[in-house]
Amino acid sequence: MNTLELKRTANEIRKGIIEGVHAAKAGHPGGALSSTEIFTWLYFQEMNVDPADPKKPDRDRFVLSKGHSAPGYYAALAERGFFPKEDLLTLRHTGSYLQGHPDMKHIPGVDMTSGSLGQGVSAAVGMAISAKLSKDSYRVYTLLGDGEIEEGQVWEAAMFAGYHKLDNLVFIVDNNNLQIDGPITEVCSPYPIDKKFEAFNFHVINVEDGNDIEQIAAAFKEAREVKGMPTAIIAHTLKGKGVSFMEGQVGWHGKAPNDEQYGQAMADLDRIGAELEKESGAYGD
Amino acid sequence: MEIKKVATRESYGNALVELGKKHQDLVVLDADLAEATKTGMFKKVFPERHIDCGIAECNMIGIAAGIATTGKVPFASSFAMFAAGRAYEQVRNSVGYPHLNVKIAATHAGISVGEDGATHQCNEDIALMRTIPGMVVINPSDDVEAKAAVEAAYEHEGPVYLRFGRLAVPVINDRPDYHFEIGKGIVLRDGKDLCIVATGLCVSEALKAAEELSAEGIDAAVINIHTIKPIDTELLKKYAEKTGRIVTVEEHSVIGGLGGAVCEALSESCPVPVKRIGIQDCFGESGPALELIHKYGIDAEGIKAQIKEWMA
Repeated sequence: MNTLELKRTANEIRKGIIEGVHAAKAGHPGGALSSTEIFTWLYFQEMNVDPADPKKPDRDRFVLSKGHSAPGYYAALAERGFFPKEDLLTLRHTGSYLQGHPDMKHIPGVDMTSGSLGQGVSAAVGMAISAKLSKDSYRVYTLLGDGEIEEGQVWEAAMFAGYHKLDNLVFIVDNNNLQIDGPITEVCSPYPIDKKFEAFNFHVINVEDGNDIEQIAAAFKEAREVKGMPTAIIAHTLKGKGVSFMEGQVGWHGKAPNDEQYGQAMADLDRIGAELEKESGAYGD
Repeated sequence: MEIKKVATRESYGNALVELGKKHQDLVVLDADLAEATKTGMFKKVFPERHIDCGIAECNMIGIAAGIATTGKVPFASSFAMFAAGRAYEQVRNSVGYPHLNVKIAATHAGISVGEDGATHQCNEDIALMRTIPGMVVINPSDDVEAKAAVEAAYEHEGPVYLRFGRLAVPVINDRPDYHFEIGKGIVLRDGKDLCIVATGLCVSEALKAAEELSAEGIDAAVINIHTIKPIDTELLKKYAEKTGRIVTVEEHSVIGGLGGAVCEALSESCPVPVKRIGIQDCFGESGPALELIHKYGIDAEGIKAQIKEWMA
């Protein structure tokens, strides 16, 4: 996929997030929207996965340690063809396989059940060391929230990964600077995040704008070249990205839009889509 | 004749080595207690398949879960206090909920930890673990049963909690017709006046108590419940009907452990009076293991005295 196609895909995933959360009347749009370029890059460029064979043994693995961003994860999996996009409208409904947080037992493409913060990352470390034990070549990716890294278990996992030199493992921190109770600097600041991971023997990549697909691409390409240590990509993102009234607003961490807000959000995303089409015309794509 | 005594943690270490020879996919994890939990025995033979996670039990359980998703069979070990206690939520959410094939093998359970005292004496692990849907909970009574349980746990697809002790306990199942099956209780002695249902190291003490009661004219059956979940309701019901009185004996809190599980099973199938012998809603303390077992009334003498008082 070229950059423009990836941007279009990201915009489609954002629409999926809004549709899912609106239909659920609950869920977490803010952190799903801030992570969208990361999901897009992983599932459309980076990872060796096959929607027709979601459990193939040599696949790359992904663990959404910040499991509440499930609406973004599901929208990306649906966009990639793991399950029908219309199923996103069943998110969080009784009887739906699209549980509030990722459920590996029922959702095609989900490699690990997650949602209790700090736990997914340990499972990702387990997958990475398992690959080392049996000399498998798959890579493992895990996405954490910047609030999530206040959990002690994250650092237990980081210590282990650094000590075992797991260079088949990439942590990505969605650094959108907001957690439920407010800005992370006003709750229990985990900064400096990069220095902490450096101290745990990670190769650290700071991404200035984690919602810029080209910057995300460069970071993941750099991570692939790292040998002898795990990588931590600290992606500075905007919570609620793409939906004007959600951007940078802590209140949209875990709240669904009402019908009017839904219309407004979809109009924002349609506008972005139309701009991308214009761009494609200009480039003769 | 001197009765052979083996700590079930020792049996665990030996069983791991034997299983490791047969199964390449078996991986063992520990949290800086390999010498005490006896996974160090496995480490000596298969160092490449032993992962020491350091003093970080929550992370260890998560790593075990991740390893299980890749098709290997991890046995994760620590003391019961930390494996079932500290890492409870990791066991529930990262192992239980996705029903991953992780074996949690906890040693140093109960007050027989001894001198380390209450902080390290976990009398709550059975209660915690058996509330997790799909979790099998096994508390073997001796060396023979512990080894059989480790093998059965490996063969079982899904999460299993294995409970082992620090203290050397009498070998009571060393006989040709011994057969271990998950979820099947074993009748060790028949009787008509009451039925003593015991688990773990209390099984040998219960047998001794039954023999002494017999000399005093009380005919007690003894059942070994090594699997607390799923519990053998059919066998319990049969003996509740037959004897009309049940006594449970465990080195665990009487709340939520074997006593709790037996009461739940019988209240729905054959309600009879149940006396629960075990740790009576209190914390333990420091002291030699045998002295504590005596003080807390779960040795043969204590069991016998409590039964006589109850039946009087």
